[in-house]
Amino acid sequence: MHPLRLTVNGTPHDLKIDPRVSLLDLLRENLAMTGSKKGCDHGQCGACTVIVNGRRINSCLSLAVAHEGDEVTTIEGMADGEALSPLQAAFVKHDAFQCGYCTPGQICSATALLDELKRGEPSVVTKEKVELIDEEIRERMSGNLCRCGAYNNIVDAIMEVAEART
Amino acid sequence: MTPFSYSRVSDDKAAVAAASAKNAKFLGGGTNLVDLMKHEIERPETLVDVSRLPHEEIEETENGLRIGAAVTNSALAADPVVREKYPLLSTALLSGATQQLRNRATTGGNFLQRTRCQYFYDTQRACNKREPGSGCDAIGGLNRFHAILGASENCIAVHPSDMAVAMVALGADIETVLPQGGVRTIPADALHRLPGDTPHVDHQLGQGELITHVVLHKAQEFQMYRKVRDRSSYAFAVVSIGIAFDLLEGHFLKIRIGLGGVAHKPWRAARAEEVLEGKKPSRALFEEAADAELAEAKGQGDNDFKIPLMRRLIVASLTEMTQKQEKAA
Amino acid sequence: MSEHEFKGLIGQPLDRVEGPLKVSGRATYAADWRGDKPHLIGFIVESPVAKGRIVSIDTKAAEACAGVEAVVTHENTPKQIPFGERAKGGRFAQSHAMMRTDAIRHLGYPVALVVAQTFEQARHAASLVRCEIAAEDGVFNPEKHEDQAVKPDELDGTPEVDTEAGDFEAEYGKAAHQVEGEFHTPSQHAAAMEPHATVAQWDGDKLTVHMSIQILGDGRKAFANTFDIDPEDVRIVSPYIGGGFGSKLGVHNEAILAAHGAKLTGKPVRIAQHRRNVFSNGPHRPRHRQRLKLGADANGKIVAIDHATLSIMARDYPFAEAAASPTRASYATKAMRTSHRVVEGDIPKADSMRAPGEAVGTLTFESMIDELAHSCGVDPVEFRVRNEPEKDPHSGKPFSTRKMRRCLQEGAEKFGWKGPVSRREGDWLIGHGMAAAIRPNLMQEAEAEIELSTDGHLTVRLDMTDIGTGTYTILTQIAAEAMGVAPEHVTVKLGDTDFPETCGSGGSFGAGSTGTAVFEAAKALKDDLLKRAAKADSEWKGTNSKELRIDGANIALGNRSLPIAQLGDGSGGISAKGAAKPGKEYKTMAQYSYGAQFAEVAVDAVTGEIRLRRLTGVFDAGLILNEKTARSQLMGGMIFGIGAALMEESLMDERYGAFMNRDLAEYHVAVNRDVPRLDVHMIEGFDENSNPLGSKGIGELGICGAGPAIANAVFAATGHRVRKFPIHMEDLLEHLPAIG
Repeated sequence: MHPLRLTVNGTPHDLKIDPRVSLLDLLRENLAMTGSKKGCDHGQCGACTVIVNGRRINSCLSLAVAHEGDEVTTIEGMADGEALSPLQAAFVKHDAFQCGYCTPGQICSATALLDELKRGEPSVVTKEKVELIDEEIRERMSGNLCRCGAYNNIVDAIMEVAEART
Repeated sequence: MTPFSYSRVSDDKAAVAAASAKNAKFLGGGTNLVDLMKHEIERPETLVDVSRLPHEEIEETENGLRIGAAVTNSALAADPVVREKYPLLSTALLSGATQQLRNRATTGGNFLQRTRCQYFYDTQRACNKREPGSGCDAIGGLNRFHAILGASENCIAVHPSDMAVAMVALGADIETVLPQGGVRTIPADALHRLPGDTPHVDHQLGQGELITHVVLHKAQEFQMYRKVRDRSSYAFAVVSIGIAFDLLEGHFLKIRIGLGGVAHKPWRAARAEEVLEGKKPSRALFEEAADAELAEAKGQGDNDFKIPLMRRLIVASLTEMTQKQEKAA
Repeated sequence: MSEHEFKGLIGQPLDRVEGPLKVSGRATYAADWRGDKPHLIGFIVESPVAKGRIVSIDTKAAEACAGVEAVVTHENTPKQIPFGERAKGGRFAQSHAMMRTDAIRHLGYPVALVVAQTFEQARHAASLVRCEIAAEDGVFNPEKHEDQAVKPDELDGTPEVDTEAGDFEAEYGKAAHQVEGEFHTPSQHAAAMEPHATVAQWDGDKLTVHMSIQILGDGRKAFANTFDIDPEDVRIVSPYIGGGFGSKLGVHNEAILAAHGAKLTGKPVRIAQHRRNVFSNGPHRPRHRQRLKLGADANGKIVAIDHATLSIMARDYPFAEAAASPTRASYATKAMRTSHRVVEGDIPKADSMRAPGEAVGTLTFESMIDELAHSCGVDPVEFRVRNEPEKDPHSGKPFSTRKMRRCLQEGAEKFGWKGPVSRREGDWLIGHGMAAAIRPNLMQEAEAEIELSTDGHLTVRLDMTDIGTGTYTILTQIAAEAMGVAPEHVTVKLGDTDFPETCGSGGSFGAGSTGTAVFEAAKALKDDLLKRAAKADSEWKGTNSKELRIDGANIALGNRSLPIAQLGDGSGGISAKGAAKPGKEYKTMAQYSYGAQFAEVAVDAVTGEIRLRRLTGVFDAGLILNEKTARSQLMGGMIFGIGAALMEESLMDERYGAFMNRDLAEYHVAVNRDVPRLDVHMIEGFDENSNPLGSKGIGELGICGAGPAIANAVFAATGHRVRKFPIHMEDLLEHLPAIG
């Protein structure tokens, strides 16, 4: 068992864990926070996306022990009590999900994406400067599979929040 | 996942010391290693976490850049100097994987990802890379993604990195520290191995040898990276190409070409370069270069199409670059 | 538009009522359920061979691992009825016995289940189980074993396996235009984002499972038929399902194994299939070879259709996909022949995947129709309009409604159709293509209960599921409109066998069937309330229950009002039940949903990479119950169509019977960037013959026509017709222009 201290949604945790535990399984099993989902467990679907120190990552491909001192934000940390975050509300409004299984990952991913846009970080479709166009959002959200096919609506939800921010 | 001991190190010396133990592995972002450990394909007894070594800087040197091995793929792709002077590298990085993976994957780790093959990943099938001597089920099996160059009768897997193809085309150098003390520099195109009789050995690094930096030299004026893939994003390259050159009085100067998705390593198209170097761009020359590079290409059945595809890609990419240059001039 | 009585909530684009739960990570899917006792975790050990018998199995090393509580093998499984027996209730209800004997049914078949305290312990111990198997030759490719092909007993629920009308040979022989082709469509996996997962717990002979399943009633029978227990002793709970697309219609391997593990350890056992498991321990759409021959006369009228398919069926699991069945209802013709043959194979379960039959049948048939239109020199839209049947060409029955012409014409208009355009834009070859969509409209039996509490709140209960289809929302709308209350006064509870039994989700019959049951339950409740009101107060006698509504804690009608509390017996709420079943219109009429799809693709002139640029779909699915969720479902179907045309295939290494691309990096489904703005239009309508709501199935309609529209656009762009799906860059490479 290996010691691990990290913060999840603002709450510090002081744990002893099997070093084999992924960050995803730490959340789901050790901390009983089942919002983050396991879709593939190999970084191929994005359902497990969480935000670590401000950056989105696949929590399934990360050993929990490697996150000593890190600040982790999960879907459970997005809303302020019962008040949904702007992105969460936009996902509901635009019907940006159907079964909902990929949704926590989509929302964590989109939350970090908004910051990436603000920082002007490029994607492979960026020309000179980042523009708020469909193609940018589609490319940047391509790490989150949605088998129900809510992609257009996901883009709409993100666009609405991104435009309100600029 | 087999039980292992985990330690985090804060300097190179401690890292190489810890990793010189038999069956020890460095852990960077873990995006490939953890993936393989879950399948029990990689079974290290010791994991040495090098993700927090002080190698997270991108320094400008007199002529180029010195990139810390722990710099993430996303940070490297977004670096303003990389964007401006080495667009080939930025494009290659951003063509690979997803933002989530690029945020975790490191410069050093990206080089060292294992080759990709369905039979390597499926522990129920024979794979010389996984179990030396067990055979290669990809030969005679499903091999649409497999190698057309430099393969052996023991292994036809391909290296999946986009970044490494760009590094080869840019003539990057890799700096390492050795467990016995000292450092060495390895050209990017010499890091990986062809499968030969020992397909389980992917690269030239010794046990415990740690990549600390990647050095980029003076940027060439003309650069491009193009990835061909089935899906428009989040897909490994079917094939890819990175090209960098200068022109001296209308003639190719220091042209370098890297090819992806064709071999067990990021493939330097040395034969094509030789045909092109010092010559004036022309369609006939591009075709001659492509033919020279692919002269010994061999398909495995499902992947036969990669040979004409790569030929078209080489010719079209060089054509496009020189046409753009002509227009600009 | 037909007149109907629904002027309120039904049809409105209400946000999903469970939306806030789903966007905040609080919707509990099967593997999220925790309960009050800690779960043991099960991990499946898969067979590396497809057929054979276990000679020996060594579990010692696994058992010696820390945390391991049991290793289940064929040597210690509890008593089970053999797999495939007790099939009277259909394949979903038959015995799904696992590891009952030493026989291996398919590659990836479980040879052991390791049960441990943690996931890490179970996964590692599973890697230490050693199994010696005496392998036998298996059957994997139906074409190689065509001599073993048989006519299946039935075709996905219908008895008509083959059909023949008119004299095909004679009509085809004299047709002015003849086209024929052999197509191949691959095995596919539904690849729902949530892998199959089950938590099982025994309490004596009573079994409780929290699992991800579309049809609870059949699932309950499957457990009962497997373990030889009373269905009443099985409770299934499945409130949220992370996508189904047919793959969760029934129980799959992890569900039975979890029950084994729980039996052996006496503790709850959770198994979440990992993604690689899903490709062999869950179902898949079978591969097909389809041969088509079409003939038309000099006026561009179809005179002869022949559609013959060869597919594969898993042993003891009777599912034959009806790939040629959509052909039967598509176009007027003088002669038509359809047939289905299957070879029994040693493969994982072949089963329904979204639009079974249509998804692969229209892919090929509508491609062939495109060829025939070209051969006739008639615009593909005009060609389809010209060949519209006035009655069902197969059965001769009238269509309940058929708005295909309107779909085709409006689609052409919305898309800006100018024929199968092809042009070059820089390095891209652009092509336009279109196809028609058709999908049977089905109705099944369902029951629902609705309860009115004394404070005026309504609770609706049924064992229906919401697999992302919007069931929670549309049933809320139906109950709220029927009872005259705002949707926030309705709570819909689904996914529990303690609730009245329904048909569940599948075959696009869920909304119409269960919506009707809820509608009928509301009607019954109103009748009952009125009776009670008349008893309590004679002023209510002779009033019409249709006008009754709920107003706060009262019932109200005109200016009458009575507290609900005065109507009951004081024990709480008042409840009523309603039921739905297919009416005679399903016997006397041909019932379908319709659509037309139009695609613009761009093919890279250098590499042959294919990218979809535009897709327009116009659909007729009767009354739309929720404009927002219906649109989403259609879009989802259209994206499945993109996958079918360009990406999805489960590749089998036939030396071993092994699906080799069994993960989401190798089995490609469309990513966000692959999907342009989808242009979706729904024709307003009300099909009075389908059900009291006038709705028709919509969940599978979107996939129909999307794939062939894209394939036909690829043809327009490149001039090359590919008859093997999905279409890859290498299929086009030789047909691309020279570099320049």
